[in-house]
Amino acid sequence: MKLSCEINVHHLTRVEGHGNISISIKNGVVKKAQWEVVETPRFFEAMLVGKHWENAPYICGRICGICSIGHTLASIRAVENAFGITPSPQTASLRLLLKHMETLQSHILHLYFLAAPDFLGAGSVLPLAKTNPQEVQRALRLKLLANDACDIIGGRRLHPTRTVVGGFTMLPEKSQLEKIRQRLMASIPDLLASAELFKTFAIPDFSRETEFVSLKGDTGYPFIGGGLVSTDGVVKKESQYRAMTNEYCTEGFTSKLSKLSRRSFAVGALARLNNNFTLLHPTAREISKFLGLVPVNHNPYMCNVAQLVECVHVVLDSVRLIDTLLGSPWQEPRRQVKAKKGEGVGAVEVPRGILYHYYKFDKDGKVTKADCVIPTSQNHANILHDIEALASQYARTGKQDREIELLAEMLVRAYDPCISCSVH
Amino acid sequence: MSEPLSYLGVALARPKVGFFELSSCEGCQLQLLNNEATLLDFLNLVEIVNFREGMSERGDNYDIAFVEGSVTRKDEITRLTEIRKNAKILVALGSCACFGGVNQLKNRFRDLDWVKKEVYGDFPIETMEVHPLADFVQVDLSIFGCPIKKEEVERIVTDLVVGKTVRHPEYPVCMECKANENICLFELGEPCLGPVTRAGCDAWCTSNRRGCWGCRGPAEGANLKQLEKIMHTYGFDREIILDRLECFGGFASFTQTAPTQDKKSPARRKKS
Repeated sequence: MKLSCEINVHHLTRVEGHGNISISIKNGVVKKAQWEVVETPRFFEAMLVGKHWENAPYICGRICGICSIGHTLASIRAVENAFGITPSPQTASLRLLLKHMETLQSHILHLYFLAAPDFLGAGSVLPLAKTNPQEVQRALRLKLLANDACDIIGGRRLHPTRTVVGGFTMLPEKSQLEKIRQRLMASIPDLLASAELFKTFAIPDFSRETEFVSLKGDTGYPFIGGGLVSTDGVVKKESQYRAMTNEYCTEGFTSKLSKLSRRSFAVGALARLNNNFTLLHPTAREISKFLGLVPVNHNPYMCNVAQLVECVHVVLDSVRLIDTLLGSPWQEPRRQVKAKKGEGVGAVEVPRGILYHYYKFDKDGKVTKADCVIPTSQNHANILHDIEALASQYARTGKQDREIELLAEMLVRAYDPCISCSVH
Repeated sequence: MSEPLSYLGVALARPKVGFFELSSCEGCQLQLLNNEATLLDFLNLVEIVNFREGMSERGDNYDIAFVEGSVTRKDEITRLTEIRKNAKILVALGSCACFGGVNQLKNRFRDLDWVKKEVYGDFPIETMEVHPLADFVQVDLSIFGCPIKKEEVERIVTDLVVGKTVRHPEYPVCMECKANENICLFELGEPCLGPVTRAGCDAWCTSNRRGCWGCRGPAEGANLKQLEKIMHTYGFDREIILDRLECFGGFASFTQTAPTQDKKSPARRKKS
């Protein structure tokens, strides 16, 4: 039996950004189990200082290439909260619809292109185009639908153009929304087939008791703004985000880390679902049960399943939103903005978890302080502790190096980390 | 999917390509995956040997290297130099690689220690002034934009594969915007760099009623003085124009935003 191993993964693949895994086990004892983040910082919070408020969403959306819509919306919300602007119901619905389509796009990208190859024994999606053409075509169809919808509502799928403080620069044609509605309805069989596919995947048997942090929904599954909650019973207001994130720096990470009631906590689809299960669309809830996911679930690999459940939820909820929007005539898309001295927080559930933007403005509406707390940075400490626990669990079982390496890689991938985002 | 390709009856070799990223949001690479309708055709045109974000296999034998992001730390110079050595053609992918992108906004501050402290407090962190790729290695081809336009990348890659000369439009975004029959954003009270920014994006932002922020850098013979005059006529102050001109670094030679102020504070905040 093999009880020693050395694993060094430099710049882990199929994740966004640069991170390293190293595990060292000697005679069944874990000597080292490390998750390292080596990404270069870009200093967005410093860049904004002295800039006029309208720069904030434009520049901060560029923190991330996957969830640029989420960053833009969190940034807009922070500015609007600082200036005391409440978006119109129409704007709120359109923003949520846009958010849903980003969630769908990002989750499908992660599930099929980044995570699925591990479960199907491939190094990437490229060989799957030959071996599993149906699955790849299905993923492309779902992603295309989500991206097309983002183009129609936000003006552009990446770094959106129409989303501004006060509303939208332009509205979609109603006929375009009708078409998206039809395509959403037609995508349901694809989602069900995805659930069938993920049902066949062997989710590694591992769990570690974890505190899960997310927005808390009142009437709906939460995405944009609202109260903050943790499974350990912490409840805070959106404006108290600092008390929920407690950021700190430590060696081995160019990103900041977070903690709350314990040494670390987790955010993301699994955290949202664990905290808001009853608010999911009934069909999404059924699929969650079908896939063996019932709260509170402490297996980080189940984040993949939680993302799939959320795909079902956002598709069905988008149909509802479109019906609401089509039910009344278009109103003026953009509200006047009057800058004033003050500060504001915007909390948005982006694909990888809860994201906070905070700005402080002087009387001319120029940024004097900016702070962005990224989901993946909140997850880093939890990933690290999961890797430690995973290493000890398998240290005694004598698995091959490659098996442990793959399990560790899959663990990090399950969090769908956005590392360059976490360092920003 | 794997039938040999030909162009004008000549068989085409599938070049080996690698995708790499320095300091960036990785959005430009993702734009390629975002092109669902033609993704599989695109993959047939080239052989991807290195794409960390998308695949586990990694190879160093590539003909074309696409490099996204700007240089913001010393180890990135080493990586970039390695990539340059391995590649026959090095392509700067996106505004960060071409001009420094939004990342170079931190160069506005004279004191890099202030920048570090503002974000990390006393925690030691390594960074340097932001540079585009061309400050360190020879760049054979630039693909502009934040983000890059995927159709443009596909056209450029196709041109490279079939051996055609790659050309960028010399005219400004304004031309494409007019051709799209948009109402001029100046008339709608929206500041815009369309008259001076290089076209090729099909007036992506302005067709969505969002003013141009100049992510593709200057058009040939861009007349900044005239732009300032026009913008002044429409009531936009200098600050608003400067915010846009300095956003992506493409207009650096025009704006001279070199930080000159009190080293402890942001350059422009103290200007007034």
